[in-house]
Amino acid sequence: MSAPAVQDVPLGPGDRAGGGAEPLLRVSGLVKHFPITRGVLLQRKIGAVQAVDGVSFEVARGETLGLVGETGCGKSTTARLVMRLLEPNAGEVRFDGRDITHIKGSSLKAIRRDIQMIFQDPYSSLNPRKTIGSIIGEPFVIHGVMDDKGERKKAVQELMETVGLNPEHYNRYPHEFSGGQRQRIGVARALALKPRLLIADEPVSALDVSIQAQVLNLLRDLQREFGLTLIFITHDLSVVRHMCDRVAVMYLGKIVEIGPGDALYGAPRHPYTGALLAAVPVADPSRHGQERHLLSGDVPSPANPPQACRFHTRCPKAQERCSVQEPLLQDKGTGTDAACHFPLTEQEIAGIGVRSAA
Amino acid sequence: MSAAGGPAGSANATPLLRVEDLRVEFATEDGVVHAVDGVSYQVLAGRTLGIVGESGSGKTVSSLTTLGLTRHEGARVSGRILFEGRDLVAAPESELRAIRGNEIAMIFQDPLSSLHPFFRVGGQLVEAVRAHRDVSRQVARKRAIELLGLVGIPDPGRRVDDYPHEFSGGMRQRAMIAMALANEPKLLIADEPTTALDVTVQAQILALMERLQRELGMAIVIITHDLGVVAEMAHDIAVMYAGRIVETGSASAIFSSPEHPYTWGLLKSIPHLTGSREEPLVPIPGTPPSLIRPPSGCHFHPRCFYAQPEHARIDPGLRPVETDPAHFVACLLEPAVRRRLWGELSAGRTPDEALKAAGPVEGPA
Amino acid sequence: MSRFVIRRLLWGVLLLIVVSGLLFLFFRFLPTADPAKLRAGRLQNPRIIAEIRHDLGLDKSTAAQFWLYMKNLFLHFNLGYSYYSNAPVKELIVSRLAPTLSLVFGGAIVWFVAGVGVGVVSARRAGSRLDRAVMGTALVLVSAPEYWLGLILLYLLASDIGQLHVFPGAGSYVGLTSDPVKWFEFMILPWLVVAAGTAAVYARLVRGSMIETMAEDYIRTARAKGLPERRVVLRHGLRSAINPVVTVLGLDTGVLLGSSVLVETVFGIPGIGRLNYTAITHADFPIVQGTVLLAALFIIVANIVVDIAYAFLDPRVRYG
Repeated sequence: MSAPAVQDVPLGPGDRAGGGAEPLLRVSGLVKHFPITRGVLLQRKIGAVQAVDGVSFEVARGETLGLVGETGCGKSTTARLVMRLLEPNAGEVRFDGRDITHIKGSSLKAIRRDIQMIFQDPYSSLNPRKTIGSIIGEPFVIHGVMDDKGERKKAVQELMETVGLNPEHYNRYPHEFSGGQRQRIGVARALALKPRLLIADEPVSALDVSIQAQVLNLLRDLQREFGLTLIFITHDLSVVRHMCDRVAVMYLGKIVEIGPGDALYGAPRHPYTGALLAAVPVADPSRHGQERHLLSGDVPSPANPPQACRFHTRCPKAQERCSVQEPLLQDKGTGTDAACHFPLTEQEIAGIGVRSAA
Repeated sequence: MSAAGGPAGSANATPLLRVEDLRVEFATEDGVVHAVDGVSYQVLAGRTLGIVGESGSGKTVSSLTTLGLTRHEGARVSGRILFEGRDLVAAPESELRAIRGNEIAMIFQDPLSSLHPFFRVGGQLVEAVRAHRDVSRQVARKRAIELLGLVGIPDPGRRVDDYPHEFSGGMRQRAMIAMALANEPKLLIADEPTTALDVTVQAQILALMERLQRELGMAIVIITHDLGVVAEMAHDIAVMYAGRIVETGSASAIFSSPEHPYTWGLLKSIPHLTGSREEPLVPIPGTPPSLIRPPSGCHFHPRCFYAQPEHARIDPGLRPVETDPAHFVACLLEPAVRRRLWGELSAGRTPDEALKAAGPVEGPA
Repeated sequence: MSRFVIRRLLWGVLLLIVVSGLLFLFFRFLPTADPAKLRAGRLQNPRIIAEIRHDLGLDKSTAAQFWLYMKNLFLHFNLGYSYYSNAPVKELIVSRLAPTLSLVFGGAIVWFVAGVGVGVVSARRAGSRLDRAVMGTALVLVSAPEYWLGLILLYLLASDIGQLHVFPGAGSYVGLTSDPVKWFEFMILPWLVVAAGTAAVYARLVRGSMIETMAEDYIRTARAKGLPERRVVLRHGLRSAINPVVTVLGLDTGVLLGSSVLVETVFGIPGIGRLNYTAITHADFPIVQGTVLLAALFIIVANIVVDIAYAFLDPRVRYG
């Protein structure tokens, strides 16, 4: 399998982070393919699921980057590549200036103190046989910090208070807590060693609506208090708009648009972003019956993505060029970077029914 | 106890489905679960009722009970469910079976687990047809292909022999809808039909359901926690909390002038795609209550910013709002106070600020 | 799908070769009576013994013997020669195969039908007194040793020594082809003994699997379609719940084909189990080697059949 060429993407306003300061995280040309094998006695590789295929972005210190997309877009795989739970087939991950793409062993373990993750399912991401005190305290044990049990317990209880849990519940088990509280336990565990980068993979999707706001507010407060940098992965566009400074939209393993939240929501340039925004049901019944341009068909398989521009099979604006030449992620002079040969015009944006941010 | 009145649409039309004071209890090891605690609503022919609620609100149980699908779990049911005049609560199993998949059909949240993984999609549709119509397999198969085409599945003649796992998520949900429509139901109950789907697919499925409603004149009950979905689809809305209906009315009434603090809480706690980004999310504090030992009096009072001491003692019933007789709310606060509070909240103030600004809240219950 | 089957078959053959090899090594280095001496019988003359050793190829190197053995086995299906019984092993085994097959396959049918039937009924009435009584009985049957159960049944029901003269007693095995009716009459008790414990296990397995399956979403859909309850339980429920049972059925049958000695002894059935037992007591190792190889073959075949059956039952498994 030959590695696809790492595109040297010129940095535009979409992915240059906060002026001149070195970004906390810089990802370039990340590629991750999962092989598909077939064979009678010996397994031959007949193809690959191209989960992530040339993804580049930066995250500045203290900012929140949202990664949105639908099933099969590669956002979760990207998160795992950043965290080095997976090793990329090609590309580079630089954390705080340091290349962590292929580190192993103790240096990898050391990185785990700086990059942490919160997971989607609060019901299966906590070990049901451990007390929450030991779950939250585990990072200390693993990294050999704070050997004294008494000190550790105090630290854990402080963390519990910070996330809004009652420290007296130290010895309770996960099943005694509600979904929202379990998610708080996950957050406490992730924060134990004071990481600098926190990746939240669909942290509120499994929670009730009235609890989602509690956890979102908590994340926002913690970010401010601890100076965290946050990567927020979700399919929920409304949540991302609320939480994130910059947003990257992914489709079939590539970033199709990236830019500041206001610009992306107010004036999306990529037709897929426009379609996503048009599809979100809005809590305003006066728009009932208004004509919306809906995307037809299903997302193609990431094992067999379309040629050149991956979106061209469903794109209302696709022309011949789109199936021949792959568009690069570039500054279109409109506030966001879009990978498109025929980005949306002002008229089209208005026509889709996406309103500008107030 | 709650009033038997229901809302929505013209008062003259006889409702297709009318639920009166429905109560459903389950005996469990930990105690009796009061899943549905005195619920009344109605559905008119050709219109869509949206039932909004979170987990534990009783929204799914009340719909399953309509079709008698809770009988297998040892539910104790009281109250009446009138479908075209017949009481489904008292009806024998044989009568209910004749209605299920026939005059009333239901689709569920996860189409992958709701379709039998071992049988072909076509076979499952054929089964749905032949359960209620005396036709040959060939005729039923033709109908199955026709139905798959109706719901927008490309190349239905070939896909009818596929297994469910060979369909994508959106197509599976379309297949479920096709199966539900097999016998031209008068009422379709959709329990969180798009929650498990991607947002662009969700939009397609909702548009499909709207089109089918127009073409077939079918009534729909859509159960969801998503206020956006309900605003898109529903003509009338019922908001449920802890086994009771707390507010019901037309969609425009509920969104423009909601009357119940829980509805306010929902509207203020969800992030919006439009509007100011700076407005903070105001979560509803606490967690949904246990249905084994629900709070006394008003079920919402422990989480309500504006609750008064007597709200823990008195059960609010559904009462009409003076300005809109089709809009009902179960709340013990004075109507004038509620209007003032909502005025403050919708202007962007937090509940604490609204409470201060709205003036005295106590008054005769 | 065919790729899947071919792959399974190839692995099966490979496994058989490996097992044969291991068996050879095992018996080669096992302390045993010198086959040449056994063969020589009364003529314990060193010269004759040496001649016999040469004839049998026992003076060749281990590697040469191994090659000879494998060649005999896979090309000529020659399982060796029993010095004690003075007959080729293959002949001895084949003559005793039919009774064992009758026992095992008949027993398997009984335990499958009984187990599934009881399991489904128990699942429907889970938690009731009937359910608890049935599961309790199942526990007793599982714990009862086969020979004990066999002897008890003979004591109660055998026509010669029993209290009630219902079934033929031990030792009256008749081949299926010679007299089907007598064969059937005689086999009933042995079948019950073989099936008892296993049926109990299957009943519990089916009960658990059914309870889990009936809670699945697609059962709710089937009811919502207005299907009659019987169809929901059998066609939608049991069809899914039966998968783990089919897997276990294949494996159990395969294993039993190699280890039915207790029941055969109690009832005097001239099957492979007894052959094996006799051979062990007489240190007649070629026979033991042959029967062990046969048992291995049965288990490998059973595994392959189960894998393929599973792919038929569950369409999601097929393409891989």
